[in-house]
Amino acid sequence: MLHFEAASASPGEPWLNIAIFGAFVAITMIIVFRASRNNKTAADYYAAGRSFTGGQNGSAIAGDYLSAASFLGIVGAIAITGYDGFLYSIGFLVAWLVALLLVAELLRNTGKFTMADVLSFRLKQKPVRIAAATTTLVVCFFYLLAQMAGAGGLVSLLLGVGDQLGQALVITVVGALMILYVLIGGMKGTTWVQIIKAILLIAGAGVMTVWVLAINGFNFSTLLDNAVAATGNPEILNPGLKYGVSEIAKVDFLSLGLALVLGTAALPHVLMRFYTVPTAKEARKSVVWAIWLIGIFYVFTLVLGYGAAALVGADVIAAAPGGPNSAAPLLAFELGGPLLLGLISAIAFATILAVVAGLTITAAASFAHDIYASVVKKGKPAPGAEVKVARRTVVIIGIVAIIGGIGANGQNVAFLVALAFAVAASANLPTIVYSLFWKRFTTQGALWSMYGGLASAIILIIFSPVVSGSETSMLKSESIDFAIFPLSNPGIVSIPLAFFLGWLGTVLDKKKEDPAKQSEMEVRSLTGVGAEKATQH
Amino acid sequence: MGNDALSAETETAPPVDYRAVQQSEEFQRLRSRHRRFVFPVLAACLVWYFAYVLLAGYAHDFMSTPVFGSVNVAILLGLAQVVTTFAVTTWYVRYANKELDPIAEEIRDEIETGATFTAEEATR
Repeated sequence: MLHFEAASASPGEPWLNIAIFGAFVAITMIIVFRASRNNKTAADYYAAGRSFTGGQNGSAIAGDYLSAASFLGIVGAIAITGYDGFLYSIGFLVAWLVALLLVAELLRNTGKFTMADVLSFRLKQKPVRIAAATTTLVVCFFYLLAQMAGAGGLVSLLLGVGDQLGQALVITVVGALMILYVLIGGMKGTTWVQIIKAILLIAGAGVMTVWVLAINGFNFSTLLDNAVAATGNPEILNPGLKYGVSEIAKVDFLSLGLALVLGTAALPHVLMRFYTVPTAKEARKSVVWAIWLIGIFYVFTLVLGYGAAALVGADVIAAAPGGPNSAAPLLAFELGGPLLLGLISAIAFATILAVVAGLTITAAASFAHDIYASVVKKGKPAPGAEVKVARRTVVIIGIVAIIGGIGANGQNVAFLVALAFAVAASANLPTIVYSLFWKRFTTQGALWSMYGGLASAIILIIFSPVVSGSETSMLKSESIDFAIFPLSNPGIVSIPLAFFLGWLGTVLDKKKEDPAKQSEMEVRSLTGVGAEKATQH
Repeated sequence: MGNDALSAETETAPPVDYRAVQQSEEFQRLRSRHRRFVFPVLAACLVWYFAYVLLAGYAHDFMSTPVFGSVNVAILLGLAQVVTTFAVTTWYVRYANKELDPIAEEIRDEIETGATFTAEEATR
């Protein structure tokens, strides 16, 4: 049996974990340096010269999307709250159908580097670009903060660094590495980090899955029996342990489900990945690859979650440093000792690094391309200036992420990922769908929908139980209570509201948009005429 | 080497009369084939997903029914969501390859070679 000496002690060998992670960093750095020799133009820096294949980009999307929340969070959620943890996985996966059927190809055909390229295509450039860049930056910021704060928690578990200063140092190292990757490698370097990480993550989870099944005689039902026996709670196989406790919890889950399924196809860092392939057909192939990889991975999480419950035990996981997030690493230790724990820990760090890099380049591209080049310089920046601004933005975002990560360390900020999905689904998706499919859609509709969706999602979350009202909320006090909105996820209100505002703003708009632009956008989106080509090297 | 003149290919090509393309029978066929597939299929997938979420939320007894061994309806329906996602993906790719790509390619070729739809021709 496992024995934990102190709450801050990590099982396994911290130095082994660090050495394996160091090897990952060294190998990816070499690849990033080699890949980045041609980073000259904006198309190279933001879109990797549009030279990746569908398979490569699909793997990178999986690497971008399967964040630490997916891997550590879902395995832990299944180990502790049973079936309800799996509900997340399904929402995260089904969401890709929206991206595949409605968004990926049309976006690749009409845009250049950012989401705002598509949204402002046939509307008024300046206000729509500013709005789209604002929502992009907000979504990236929430997502980034959640990842960086998660890094702190991970450190205490995997490296045995218990004190605040040590954790702050590790967050700084992770942030500095990320800045280096994105600064040197641009989108090409970021993509390779994501591809390597996706392969390692899925292979690692696959090996553990087969291992867990082998221990249970390759019988899934036996695994479930063992999980029930170990936890002494047959309810872990049934839905309801987490989201069935009250009527509010049920509506809350519906709200979360809505945000997950509609948010994915509107996440700016996911959308930007579609520009790294040469054609819309390759964009389609990317999504197909991503769906298969992500789907298979989420099936693994089901086995790993119940495996952790059966082999490690829910009580041990809940008591370990890092709480539910420690389920996957503890399972790795139980199966393969310090070496497998080291590998899985290194993969978890690589996961944070890759996701953070993807978010940073997206935010930097949005600022440099949408705000600086298109609005400030009115589409005519000096040669090379745009990429220079993007690189400086990367450094600034990196520093903000480090400071934010240190500040949020130890805070309960897990809700930020769900909030990022809710903001994306409310502020971005209605405008994406309307501008691609509704001829009459106008600038006023876009602005009402984007700002209305953004503001309602954020205001509702501020007045929700995740920010105030209980010991487990962000303010950690029962005496401060302004939680007048009962749900923890705003999606069920803010998403329909944003769709409604987009419609209302349009029908009340006295100005009509240029019909020639609408014709051009529709023809280009479906046929690929005039789409940005791959750069020649 | 790096391609500094990013918009070179769009500048040298003759201006295209997109209005005419949009109204052409060929394009209308492409547009309706696209919409006829993606809207109903996506709507069906979302209905199926929310049915699953609502069952998980409100039909605990049904979802907890064991089917074989300890594997219950909830786990099977969850895996069924994964299977339908894979199936719809494969279905769409086949449909797009067969029904959408050939027309899109034809229209694109016509425009890019300047055979039809250039603005000069339309005003002539």
